[in-house]
Amino acid sequence: MSIKTSNLTLNERLEKELGDSFMRSSIANAQDLLNQRRSDAFEELGNYEQWRDNAAAIRAHVLENLDYYLNQFVEKATEKGAKVYFAKTAQDATDHALQILQKIQAKKAVKSKSMVTEEVGLNEVLEEADIEVIETDLGEYILQTDDCDKPSHIVVPALHKNRDRIREVFAEKKGYLGDNVPENITRFVRKKIRKEFLTADVGITGCNFGVAETGTVTLVTNEGNGRFVTTTPKTQVVFMGMERIVPTFAELDIIFSMLARSAVGAKLTSYLSFMTGPKAEQDKDGPEDLHIIIVDNGRSQVLKSGFQDVLRCIRCGTCMLECPAYRHISGHGYGTLYPGPLGLALVPILAGYEEYKDITKICSLCGACNDVCPVKIPLYESIMEHRRVIAEEKKLTGAIEPMVMEIYSHVIGSPTLYKAGTKLAHLIKFLPKVGPLGEWHRERELPVPSKKRFRDWYKKHAQ
Amino acid sequence: MTIRVSFFATCLGDTVFPDIGIQSVLLLEKLGCTVSFNPKQTCCAQPLVNSGFHEKAKKSMRTLMDALLEDDSEYVVGPSGSCVLQVKEYPELFKGDPLWEEKAVTLAGKIWEITDFLVNILGITDVGARLKGRAAYHPSCHMTRLLGVKEPPLTLLANIQDLELVPFKGQEKCCGFGGAFAVKLGPLSGAMVAEKVDNIVAADLDYLIGADAGCLMNIAGRIQREGHDIKVLHIVQALMGGGVS
Repeated sequence: MSIKTSNLTLNERLEKELGDSFMRSSIANAQDLLNQRRSDAFEELGNYEQWRDNAAAIRAHVLENLDYYLNQFVEKATEKGAKVYFAKTAQDATDHALQILQKIQAKKAVKSKSMVTEEVGLNEVLEEADIEVIETDLGEYILQTDDCDKPSHIVVPALHKNRDRIREVFAEKKGYLGDNVPENITRFVRKKIRKEFLTADVGITGCNFGVAETGTVTLVTNEGNGRFVTTTPKTQVVFMGMERIVPTFAELDIIFSMLARSAVGAKLTSYLSFMTGPKAEQDKDGPEDLHIIIVDNGRSQVLKSGFQDVLRCIRCGTCMLECPAYRHISGHGYGTLYPGPLGLALVPILAGYEEYKDITKICSLCGACNDVCPVKIPLYESIMEHRRVIAEEKKLTGAIEPMVMEIYSHVIGSPTLYKAGTKLAHLIKFLPKVGPLGEWHRERELPVPSKKRFRDWYKKHAQ
Repeated sequence: MTIRVSFFATCLGDTVFPDIGIQSVLLLEKLGCTVSFNPKQTCCAQPLVNSGFHEKAKKSMRTLMDALLEDDSEYVVGPSGSCVLQVKEYPELFKGDPLWEEKAVTLAGKIWEITDFLVNILGITDVGARLKGRAAYHPSCHMTRLLGVKEPPLTLLANIQDLELVPFKGQEKCCGFGGAFAVKLGPLSGAMVAEKVDNIVAADLDYLIGADAGCLMNIAGRIQREGHDIKVLHIVQALMGGGVS
């Protein structure tokens, strides 16, 4: 996979997703449930705004001083025996990984959930080199089993499937004979995956945050698969987005407190894994070799772009859960690995306006995401600014829209033209229902403007 | 001493829903304000801004600023949180403009959304209205989240005699209007308003009341398409006892 997850156009994707009533009800139910859990969790915590301010300040501070903290992280991790690489591009990242795996003649890799490995397209590269890759996060395992279906959410990748669909996938592909009870399906998967953990040559993980002061790699999971991936195989490869740094464990505490509550409405995740260097002599488990690949892949460009705040993101997925547009089309409607408000704010600047200009339209500007982002990313403002860059700087809106806007601008810019326009507005009822008018009429009626304008009434009223 | 108010009708209020403008003026006058309306006013230019065309938008912003400032009233009041929000963003858009930044700041400093104005400037929470029936309020996104006007409309509605105000599922969710969004991504916007109307219908209402004509046009259009007997009112119409349309 890469950032792009679909070859369909925006309209084709919308049509496909809006027609999937099954997915839509799964997503709507999941949104309602997870949003309720999140708001309960934060209510119990108290001082919500203060927590958000603190978390935002920590992330903003790190981004302002990213060179310093990255340097410190690399120094400390190296001191502890990890081998650290810096990958400028997605290909640099997968090249490094491939070299490491080929050197030890790896045949099988187990992975815990990691968005950045998907962003750089790691699985495809490894499979091409005949290295079997097994996703061990239950959600990712479901998708991998279902012919590599695409994730619809960054935290809960199989959010678009319900228990019946998941039962079907395992029945069809893995011979599962049980019912749709999640515990039973999970037990079945657990047995399957356990064998893989014990026979894998290498464990691959992402990294929620690197702790600069100690060179520690951290991982939050709920299933224990992350712990298994990081303790059993002899070699471990960690992928870390270059912005995913906190100065010390004190800041990590605050960020994790926000992450678990925002993502799943929990005080903490079931597992917190901290890995500082490879297995030391006194350690009972852990990898003998620990490799950390720090991925740029466009992030430096974001840092310099004026959209730096978007890199505060801690990948909790809250903005998606709150978004009324995401609700009806899921992550698949965006055609990007990072969907929802975060996707709109991040992807155009991370991966290019030309390719991703259209996703900035998937927003009704309701502002709900801004109110729940745990690190206060100005998502609304970023989306608005992308639209401005697309229209005014890059001029990527096509020929017709600027022309229509120019005419509109002249009409509303002139009291005389505007007055004449308002007089004619009621004639809209005679226009054919095509173009924007057709779009409006698809799902609703349009009130016919009144012949009597407010200004006519006022003129008489004031006399 | 009466308070002098310059009325900002908004383009939808002037053209599509004149009764919103009419009831606004009558309400302000009933509450003791002297209301003027400058006919040179046009549109706040939000459709242009939201599509990214900031420079093209500035022409009408200048026209609107001149019109709304010409009367030199103490306050400018409009029946739309979204349009008022747009005007409040003018100072940011004209930052550094030697001619227009000051006007933008002046206007932004004295423009008010009407319910906010009634409650927080006039200090009125009960306008003495009566409207019989079961109603729910749809809080528009721009007005509630971005302009921050949450309580005033609810306070005013709570004091309407004989009006039973009830909550409904997904009340805070966007109705899918979003200005140009509704015509750029018609099917998605349509899915959003369909869900909104499902929830409105489930609440068994006589009235759906809101404070932004754009959202109300969207919701009413869907209610009409589905053929439900629910009357959609702008809050000023409710505060004047039901209005005419």
